[in-house]
Amino acid sequence: MTKKVLIVDDEQNIAISVEYLMRREGFDVSVAKDGEEGLAMIRSTKPDLVLLDVMMPKMDGFQVCSEVRADASLAGVRIIMLTAKGREAEIEKGLSLGADAYIPKPFSTSDLVSRVKALLEPKE
Amino acid sequence: MLSGPLVVVTSFLYLGLLFAIAYWADRRADTGRSVISNPTVYALSLAVYCTAWTYYGSVGRAAATGYGFLPIYLGPTLAATLWVFLLLKMVRISKSQRITSIADFISSRYGKSHLLGGLVTVIAVVGVLPYIALQLKAISSSFSILIHYPDVMLPGGAHTLPVWRDTAFYIALILAVFTILLGTRHLDASERHEGMVAAIAFESIVKLFALTAVGVFITFGLYDGFGDVVHQALQAGHLKTRLIPEGGANFWFSLSLLSALAVLMLPRQFQVAVVENSGENQLRRAIWLFPLYLLLINIFVLPIALAGQLEFAGMGVDADTYVLTLPIAHKQQWLALFSYLGGLSAATGMVIVETIALSTMVCNDLVMPGLLRRWRYRAPSMDLSVILLLVRRGAIFVVLMLGYSYFRLAGEAYALVAIGLISFAAVAQFAPAMIGGMYWRGGTRGGALAGLSAGFLVWIYTLLLPSFAKSGWLARDFLDLGPFGIALLKPQALFGLEGFDEITHCLFWSLTLNIGAYLIVSSIRAPNAEETTQATRFVDAMSINRPIAEGLWRGRAEVDDLISLTGRFLGEDRARESFAEYYAKERNIEDDAELPADGETVHFAETLLAGAIGSASARAMIASVVQEEPLGLDEVMDILDEASQIRAYSHELEQKSRELEAATAELKAANVKLLELDHLKDDFMSSVTHELRTPLTSIRAFSEILWEDPKIDLEERKRFLGIIVSETERLTRLVNQVLDLAKIESGHAVWTSSEVDLGDIIRQSIDASEQLIIDRGGRLKLDLPDAPAKVMADQDRLMQVMLNLLSNAAKFMAKESGRVEVHLKRQQNMYKVMVSDNGSGVPVKLQPVIFEKFRQGVEGSANPLGTGLGLPISREIIEHFGGRLSVKSTPEKGAIFSFVLPCINRGGAAPSNNPGQEAEA
Amino acid sequence: MRQSKMMRQRLVAIFLIGLLLLFSPVIALPDRPRLLFGLPLLFLYLFGVWSLLIAAMAWVVRGGGTNE
Repeated sequence: MTKKVLIVDDEQNIAISVEYLMRREGFDVSVAKDGEEGLAMIRSTKPDLVLLDVMMPKMDGFQVCSEVRADASLAGVRIIMLTAKGREAEIEKGLSLGADAYIPKPFSTSDLVSRVKALLEPKE
Repeated sequence: MLSGPLVVVTSFLYLGLLFAIAYWADRRADTGRSVISNPTVYALSLAVYCTAWTYYGSVGRAAATGYGFLPIYLGPTLAATLWVFLLLKMVRISKSQRITSIADFISSRYGKSHLLGGLVTVIAVVGVLPYIALQLKAISSSFSILIHYPDVMLPGGAHTLPVWRDTAFYIALILAVFTILLGTRHLDASERHEGMVAAIAFESIVKLFALTAVGVFITFGLYDGFGDVVHQALQAGHLKTRLIPEGGANFWFSLSLLSALAVLMLPRQFQVAVVENSGENQLRRAIWLFPLYLLLINIFVLPIALAGQLEFAGMGVDADTYVLTLPIAHKQQWLALFSYLGGLSAATGMVIVETIALSTMVCNDLVMPGLLRRWRYRAPSMDLSVILLLVRRGAIFVVLMLGYSYFRLAGEAYALVAIGLISFAAVAQFAPAMIGGMYWRGGTRGGALAGLSAGFLVWIYTLLLPSFAKSGWLARDFLDLGPFGIALLKPQALFGLEGFDEITHCLFWSLTLNIGAYLIVSSIRAPNAEETTQATRFVDAMSINRPIAEGLWRGRAEVDDLISLTGRFLGEDRARESFAEYYAKERNIEDDAELPADGETVHFAETLLAGAIGSASARAMIASVVQEEPLGLDEVMDILDEASQIRAYSHELEQKSRELEAATAELKAANVKLLELDHLKDDFMSSVTHELRTPLTSIRAFSEILWEDPKIDLEERKRFLGIIVSETERLTRLVNQVLDLAKIESGHAVWTSSEVDLGDIIRQSIDASEQLIIDRGGRLKLDLPDAPAKVMADQDRLMQVMLNLLSNAAKFMAKESGRVEVHLKRQQNMYKVMVSDNGSGVPVKLQPVIFEKFRQGVEGSANPLGTGLGLPISREIIEHFGGRLSVKSTPEKGAIFSFVLPCINRGGAAPSNNPGQEAEA
Repeated sequence: MRQSKMMRQRLVAIFLIGLLLLFSPVIALPDRPRLLFGLPLLFLYLFGVWSLLIAAMAWVVRGGGTNE
């Protein structure tokens, strides 16, 4: 069964690159361009994994993450936070809010892909 | 019809009402809603000054002397202006030392001397007893006049009746009981008498209303107003239009001085004004309300006197009775009864307060010292607080019986009639020791004793004995020829001083010798340790905030001893309560076991005790339970000097600490600002990092994608490379702008400044960006004046601003039928450029921050073209050339960005904040 | 406290004025056998001065003329 990956990022070009990478790995990919839209899509499509940007209009990644973690029906959703804000405090915050991984931008594509795979594979 | 029983019943009802008021006030005080804390009540209680002597006697004096009654009220009125100094200080001192009588005040000031307190008490009792007798006489006379209604019949000599048939005797007894009930109802002897004060304030209202009622009836009922009374009196030859025919100006002045002193020194006045004072704020109202009361109660005195003289001409009716006999003569029985009640209230008020005050003095300064001496050998078996109360009650009884005896003895004699002023002169002897003690440190116990004794003796010799002689108790020769025929010693022309009235004469000699003895004897020896301590406590009362006890006492004491000692006089519970309150309030100690038995604690215990038994006795009692080492004068002086230096220092310190506080606040503000700046810098760095990483992320991702997978098809490859190029451009732009802003902000930017035409700049910038607007489907409208718009600026920088504003407008204009307009116009000395679009506008809450770095109009919007630095840079540029960049926006209707720059068209120099770049250069 | 210093100075001024009007030779001026409005001149003078003094005292201690 194809894993569903959702990309939530307001930076169009980054979203395009990540989308390309995920498709290449054979995932079922969809894209949301802000936090609100992202949360709505998480609720409706229940993706296996979300690649979540932090700095976004309307609702930031931290908020989306904590909303998802507060919703029991979304317990199986894995979250990787992707952000250009790379300070220790923010990494801590993301992980403590329940993100499964925190990858600072700019990231290595191979690294991103392997982290995504690692999170999705053990379940199979 | 008025009858004896009716008058008696009315009198008792009135006393019952007084008692009810007192009871009510006491109850209210117990629940913490004191009525006497009201300043009006305080001012009214001071009006106990107006006794029967005022109520009946003023009219008598007016009939005899014209205006001779007025100085007795004008003196206190003038003196009241100085109460903010004198009375306030007396209150402050008395409250901090728990002084309960004028004897205690003087005794405490001069080293807590039993002898001095005793002397003051003796003077007060001798001086005031006849005054009490006068009140008894007033009550009994008015009673007997009233029961003969409707006949105007003056009382015969009461002293011809046996005591048990004498109304005055029963009056004295009833008043004694009543005073005991009001003044010593509590077992606790040191507290203020709230109920009594409330009752006295009420009595003041009654006597004012009664006298006014009689005055209104006479002036407007019997006559046709003031003018009519005066007119008729003038015709009948009763009117005295001149100021005091007898004695002249001397009498006028000395009477005023005497009254001004008496209003504070009479034991009853000291009682209500100082001891019963429940807050310094009360003085403020009393200062004008008390004189106003005096004025009101005197308004009708003259008409009543004149009317009485007209009415009873040649009938031998005593002018002192006009207030009562005029209503009787006109068959106004209820008015007569009311008038009688007014007189009763004036007399009872005086008797009650005076007796309570005297009993406190007699108890604390005459009886207690004797008892204490006896108890030194054999401790009493009874509870001391009960003994104390019994002594007080006994003293009240004795004082009233003595007053009655004097009344019996003196009868109608001169010695009673003139006693008002004679009493005033007696208590005026307290003034030098008292006022001197409050303002001069040099006074000693010996000086005070000498002054008081000298004044008192002169008073006896020049006023009291002559009054006895005039009453026929002494041979007239004593008065007329002098003792043993020595003319130089004639009591009312002492040392040949003639031509003065007796009051002026007495006042001159007694006060002269009093003050002289006080000063001379005081300067024989320097004040000793105890006197110096007390002098400081009194003289510096207004500047001392804390009791200056630390260091002034050396010895060993046990707190338990102190508590049990005070408990013996105050009652165990109250003593413990007071100590507990003291620990908590003054020492911040919760547990009494921790209380140090130091000088301060001993001083507290002594003060507490002083409230009950007087300061001299308290000193003696404390000395008996603690082991003290007497301090030498030098030590005391050192400590006091230190204390006063500390006061000066602390004043200075206060000021310094205020300055320091201000400096600290400034520092804090600076720190906050620095932190804020730090934070801003941090924010800036974080924002720059974010803005740099974002394009880098795309560039790296696509580069890696292309690198790893060379087989990507051409279309995709071209698209990815395009993204890489545009992100690289974005990165470049960002780096340039950050550097640009950093340069501008740090002042390292290079500016050229020349005369430029704003219209040219606008046209050029539109040429450059028009295509962008058209590409996005918008239309552009330009509105420029024909005349050149010259400003001093940097052409390239202004272009930069215009391009920024235009690109923003193009970016944010409405998606369909977008419009961008550019206007240039002149506003006074400025040119204003406006760039407006019809986009969604800038939200109101963002308008103030839109010019801050990295704050884009739409929060966090995905906007590859914006760096969030364009507007901050534009603002810096415009402000550099003395202009202002601002935004006006109605959300959903678009935004107008506009800037103004000073113009240089009229040949004058453009205002520029860029020195050296002036146009005329 | 600064407020009350001003107040005290004003009260002293009232005291001095009262002294002047009631206890100095000034009082000889109205001290003559004349009637004004049917009342003795001296009576009007004494009660008038008295009332004014009290009014002034009340005005001062109630903070009149100062911006409290």
